[in-house]
Amino acid sequence: MDATPRLPQLSLRIDNVTLTRGEFDLFENLSAMLTPGEALVLKGANGAGKSSALLALAGQLPIKSGEIQWLGLGKEEAADSQMHLIGHLPAIQRGLTVRENLAFWTALYDGDEAILDSAIAAAGLSGLEHLSCSVLSAGQTRRLALARLVAIPRPIWLLDEPTSALDAEGSLWVETLIGAHLAAGGLAVIATHLALGIEREPNVKVKTLSEFTL
Amino acid sequence: MKGLKAILLRDLRLGLRQGGDLLTLLLLFISVGILVPFAIGPDTPLLARLAPAIVWVAALLAQLLTHDRLFRADFEDGSLIAFHHAAIPLEAIVLAKLAIHWILTGLPLMAATPFLAVMLGMDMTMLGRALFALLLGTPALSAFVALSASVTVGLKRGGLVAPVLILPLTLPVLIFGAGMMGDDTFGAASQAGLFLAALSLASVALTPFAAALALRVSGE
Repeated sequence: MDATPRLPQLSLRIDNVTLTRGEFDLFENLSAMLTPGEALVLKGANGAGKSSALLALAGQLPIKSGEIQWLGLGKEEAADSQMHLIGHLPAIQRGLTVRENLAFWTALYDGDEAILDSAIAAAGLSGLEHLSCSVLSAGQTRRLALARLVAIPRPIWLLDEPTSALDAEGSLWVETLIGAHLAAGGLAVIATHLALGIEREPNVKVKTLSEFTL
Repeated sequence: MKGLKAILLRDLRLGLRQGGDLLTLLLLFISVGILVPFAIGPDTPLLARLAPAIVWVAALLAQLLTHDRLFRADFEDGSLIAFHHAAIPLEAIVLAKLAIHWILTGLPLMAATPFLAVMLGMDMTMLGRALFALLLGTPALSAFVALSASVTVGLKRGGLVAPVLILPLTLPVLIFGAGMMGDDTFGAASQAGLFLAALSLASVALTPFAAALALRVSGE
């Protein structure tokens, strides 16, 4: 992973964010500060608002109060095009092949088409390039979704349950992937209720979401 | 440009691989052309007089049916959320999807029009006018369908709400489209053609912005 290009050095400031969805209060007063190379792991029970928090960070869900700031962006840059949001839906069309799906996102996200095949290999999907995605298993689909992280280098990763449906070896891959991303100076916010194995690292902060987050 | 090309290629591939959609579109269009002559009876002059109206109603119904194809699949697999983080604006993505929608619905309808012409007793000049009118008018229909698809994408059964939503918008297309195939004394048909072209240009230019706005709100 030495070849990883240096990523733009961005920071994230979450200041007293309160999020509601419909009439439900999800969590109140979430604050965190991430500098380049740091990750935030969001824990919490089902329905605590982990996925909604990621959507809010991605700018796709209005927050009730507080502020989310991305620091270090260039004048013309928008945070939107600097991030990956990998939710529980894989964004993979069943009518396309493995390679076509990844090639599509790589072109749309302005990624590097030269590393497409190595990204597929890194995801453990080599040999399946020309297979239709309708026959992939849940775990393989998730691996293909995560392969976008490799094929398109971006400084901000927002991952929702990245290890769900993955086998032990796959979870380990995700763990190394996140480690390498942080080492290159990237940011990551990961919502999960499964232990990731990176929580004890010094550059990883853990927050548990509940109705009264401190 | 790379991003636009990627969207065009992907949607064209998906559209052509799911041939069933194309077949439904054509079957509906053609079956209207088959059913109406049976209902009216063997009165060729009457049929030829009604032909413009029938062609346009058939085209409108067929395009309405394709409504779900635009954003539904992207909504269901999460692509719509990921589109927000593309290197190109959402508006450009909508425009590309709109272009492919027209290629996969407008063009096949035009290709099937000669068949309708035979069933409805249209002559060659009439067929030529029908094709020209469809060429000018179907982009506007595609744009309106895209608009309603973007508004209803978050609804479980959006397919039923959509026609009601866009019917008022499609009326001018219907009027000028049929008008363009009518009598050209005093240049009425040519005028109708200009109106139709203007409608298509304006709606195709504005729809990407309106639809992108609707899609952004749909995620909330």
